[in-house]
Amino acid sequence: MMGELAALREQAEAELRKAGTEEDLLTVRTRYLGRKGLLTGLLRNISHVALEERPEFGKRCNEVKEDLSARIDQLLAGMAASKRNESLLRERIDVTLPGRGVRHGTLHPVTQVREEICRIFAGLGFSVVEGPEVELDYYNFEALNIPKDHPARDMQDTFYVEENIVLRTHTSPVQVRIMEKTTPPVRILSPGRVYRRDSDISHTPMFHQIEGLLVDRGVTFGDLKGILTVFLKQVFGEETALRFRPSFFPFTEPSAEVDIRCVMCSGKGCRVCGQSGWLEILGSGMVDPEVFKNVGYDPEEFTGFAFGLGLERIAMLKFGISDIRLFFENDMRFLDQF
Amino acid sequence: MLVSLNWLRDYVDVDVPATELAERLTMAGLEVDALNEKGPDFRGVRVARILSLKPHSNADHLSLCEVTTGESTYPVVCGARNIRVGDTVPLALVGATLPGDLVIRSSRIRDEVSEGMLCSEEELGIGTSASGIMILPSDLPLGSELGDVLNLRDAVLDIGVTPNRADCLSVIGVAREWAAIAGKELRYPATDVIENGEDIREITSVSILDSDLCPRYTARIIKNVRIGPSPLWIRQRLEAVGLRPINNIVDVTNFVMMELGQPLHAFDFRFLEEGRIVVRRSRESERFISLDGKERTLRADTLLICDGVKPVAIGGVMGGLNSEIQPDTEVILLESAYFNPSSIRKTSRELAMGTDAAFRFERGIDPEGVIRALNRAARLIAEVSGGTLCQGVIDQYPQKIRTARRVPLRIRRVNDILGIAVPAEEIIRTLESLEMAVESVDEGRIAVTPPTCRVDITREIDLIEEIIRLYGYDRVPATLPGVSVIAGVSDGKRSVEGRLREIMTGAGYTEVINYSFISPNAVDQLGLGEADERRSHVLIRNPLTEEQAVLRTTIIYSLLLNAKRNADCGSFDLKIFETGKTFIRCGEGELPREQNRMACLITGRRYEDRWHSRDLRADFYDLKGCIESILDVLRIPSPSFRSGIHETMLHPGISCGVYSGEEKVGFLGEIHPDLLIRLDLTGPILVCELDLDFLAAHFHAKAPFRSIPRFPSSSRDVAFLIRREMEARDVFRLAEDSHEELLEKVQIFDVYEGASIPAGMKSVGVRFSYRCADRTLTDDEVNEAHARIVHAVVNATGGSIR
Repeated sequence: MMGELAALREQAEAELRKAGTEEDLLTVRTRYLGRKGLLTGLLRNISHVALEERPEFGKRCNEVKEDLSARIDQLLAGMAASKRNESLLRERIDVTLPGRGVRHGTLHPVTQVREEICRIFAGLGFSVVEGPEVELDYYNFEALNIPKDHPARDMQDTFYVEENIVLRTHTSPVQVRIMEKTTPPVRILSPGRVYRRDSDISHTPMFHQIEGLLVDRGVTFGDLKGILTVFLKQVFGEETALRFRPSFFPFTEPSAEVDIRCVMCSGKGCRVCGQSGWLEILGSGMVDPEVFKNVGYDPEEFTGFAFGLGLERIAMLKFGISDIRLFFENDMRFLDQF
Repeated sequence: MLVSLNWLRDYVDVDVPATELAERLTMAGLEVDALNEKGPDFRGVRVARILSLKPHSNADHLSLCEVTTGESTYPVVCGARNIRVGDTVPLALVGATLPGDLVIRSSRIRDEVSEGMLCSEEELGIGTSASGIMILPSDLPLGSELGDVLNLRDAVLDIGVTPNRADCLSVIGVAREWAAIAGKELRYPATDVIENGEDIREITSVSILDSDLCPRYTARIIKNVRIGPSPLWIRQRLEAVGLRPINNIVDVTNFVMMELGQPLHAFDFRFLEEGRIVVRRSRESERFISLDGKERTLRADTLLICDGVKPVAIGGVMGGLNSEIQPDTEVILLESAYFNPSSIRKTSRELAMGTDAAFRFERGIDPEGVIRALNRAARLIAEVSGGTLCQGVIDQYPQKIRTARRVPLRIRRVNDILGIAVPAEEIIRTLESLEMAVESVDEGRIAVTPPTCRVDITREIDLIEEIIRLYGYDRVPATLPGVSVIAGVSDGKRSVEGRLREIMTGAGYTEVINYSFISPNAVDQLGLGEADERRSHVLIRNPLTEEQAVLRTTIIYSLLLNAKRNADCGSFDLKIFETGKTFIRCGEGELPREQNRMACLITGRRYEDRWHSRDLRADFYDLKGCIESILDVLRIPSPSFRSGIHETMLHPGISCGVYSGEEKVGFLGEIHPDLLIRLDLTGPILVCELDLDFLAAHFHAKAPFRSIPRFPSSSRDVAFLIRREMEARDVFRLAEDSHEELLEKVQIFDVYEGASIPAGMKSVGVRFSYRCADRTLTDDEVNEAHARIVHAVVNATGGSIR
């Protein structure tokens, strides 16, 4: 009988191996494990087995039954899974087609640079203020120590609206307007559009500046160097070499032009830096006592510094743009890159 | 300003390479924009002497010379006629190269051997004279390289002199700076003169009628001058700094101007009627022909230099054609004067004559250097033209010109401003190196008198700047201000602008920046009505082009031009926005009204890749959705969109005003088809412009928190059949007006016109949601409220339920 059981098991397993469909499996199950199945039949004939072997025979029969049953369940589940998978695969889409429509717009590079600078100075305690773009001659020039018929006016070619009204040539008039109505300490940053009558590959009649002003007791030229160094290293990288050199602006004294090591050639000399290895980046200086007098500050009590820089210039260096006019043509092929 | 290193070396020792000179000048405030080192364009040319000269046997225009370099003698065939035995001449030896890549070879010219070439200035590229062989000074050592002995190796510095440094518009000025920087001695040029002629006062006189414009006028008379080219050393120096040599007299005046910074003028005395000078203002519209041959019409108040009868020069700007030095001039009157800087500036700007002289006068020359320059030029003219100086100088100086006076300086103040500790001795040494006279006043205080050429130094702070620029900016340690801690704040406008940028870019719009100026025609193109305040442009008096002649009163026009430009480049799908100001003109003498605005434009396909929705065009509701989102995010109170606005640039049926309460905040809609045609654009194009200042004043950064509802809402759908011209807004308003407490939200889920809907009507599907904060509503409660609202809507619209 034991021999029969082993033969039966072998036979069943051979049939299972051949079974290709769910139906085949179910047939095998019925044939061996069903109520009238072969294994059930064998068990029913247990009486033919010697009494002392019966428990062993019964145990073996049950083992074979459980094994077969588990095996069939497993095969059935596998078959169902692959069937479902097949049907899901029939729903397959082309995942390489482009997605639908959420394309982010871009911010103008000048805006990006402006916001970066504003963020840096906000961290240094500067507040952002704005002023009019059409400005009185007084604020644009005279209060800044640039009298009429002074050669310093040649530094900025001006658009006139009326005899005494101009398109501001720099953001510096905002300094004066703020100081007129504030008592120190003053820490302001003023970004905005400015206008000069000039147009070529490196000049546009409108561009953007940021003006900064810090006034308090005991502010020194060393502080000017300190703040501007922190700022420029944040914008251009901690490794950037800087130099401060004497210059002239009518509303600051002493005045300093600040250069950074050329970002293109690292100081070896190239077309961008005019072979000098340095790039002019901003103008600055200690506020001229004359300007303080014009706004009613006592130059003996307060000192301070101001600085101004062109945003397009910074953007050109940061992004490697060579023609300033690109900023205002608003060609999507340009703007989409930022 | 161009400065030649060789010229500079006449007055100060420069024992560093030109690059270092340039670097150190730059770091002291004289920014060297460019450095051009140049040598002669020839090689292998020696100083030689002519030993013999005989006519060529086969050609009567050639001669045969024997020339020696001291070591060897060469036969040379030459065509020039100006050479004599014993002349010192440049000899290009066989193998020498001349400008234009000319290489000298041994040759036979009509049977005579020529072992080299005698050269003219033009052939050497050092002058324009081609009339004959260049005759060299006889004391040059024979056989030496010509380039070396003539000092043709030079470096030219292009210095960007700032407007305050009038004193550096001369070679001596730059030399003074270098002397101070490098601790060198400054050598002034010789100005002593020999006066052999008669007394100048017997020949001429000067009367100044307008001493406010001309406080000082000095003159000399030089007789028996012979006009001709200047010697090479003068011409070389002038050419090095970009001036064209003209004749020995004019060249000397230019030379001294460059050398000392004092512009000079020489008149041919023959043409000065009555033999005298009168300095006066011009009359209105007086006419005058300047040296350059142009006739000028002068405004009253232009300073004129006249003779007894007529003008002969525009003072300080340019001389006149009528008294110019001629080839046969024999007597000259040499002028050296001080003119009022702002008067010169006005004149040179009005006449657009930015001459070298005007440039210097308007920045302020050294009032006490006038005579020195006069004498220097007189001396040189006598030297190069063989002229005789008359006795004495005319020096009309009716009005003392204020030069720098003693300026007090507190040592402590220097260090307070700079944040360093420079010792008093170093401060004093620095100032003295700049030719300033320093007196000690008391402990910690000194008094400083700058040289008269330093017209820019009048205050303590001016001295502090001098000290620090020579001390070195790089020696000041960088510090951070240890001052009051204040937090940076930003105003509402900035916050709103920031949010707008996030929303717009998130919605796929790209930021553009346009010029603030537009064409004056823009308002007509946009079709703005006569009464529209946006026709009140701010006009620019001196625009660069007509397209940039007025300031914009709306941003929309700029965006339309952007659409056009991009369409021309093949980009028809566009989503752009801009924030910026618009300008409305106010009264005369008043600043315009500046308003911050945000404008945006959308046109073309909604999606770039259209495989999933072929040609789906962006429409009104795309843009409106974006604007709704802005109003929502900024929590602008009571926003609404109302039709029936009068906005001529927009399609009358597809446009609306954007409101907050009863305040109009902007407009939104499709560009009017007629405007599209006028601008040659393809539509539809949707635009919107919002008043950013209003948004900034009314936005709320935070809303109070409301707890999340704990009880469910229930909703009821209904389709109303209403007249076509009724708006969704009417339904919303009616629902709102019903004041049903339980009504939470009204949404439109369907709008339908067409088959099965009567003509002139439309079906609007509306979903009403109801909720109560403290319990679950029963069906009955909802149904009752819903019935009341539906009833109200049907009643008010005259419609029905479908």
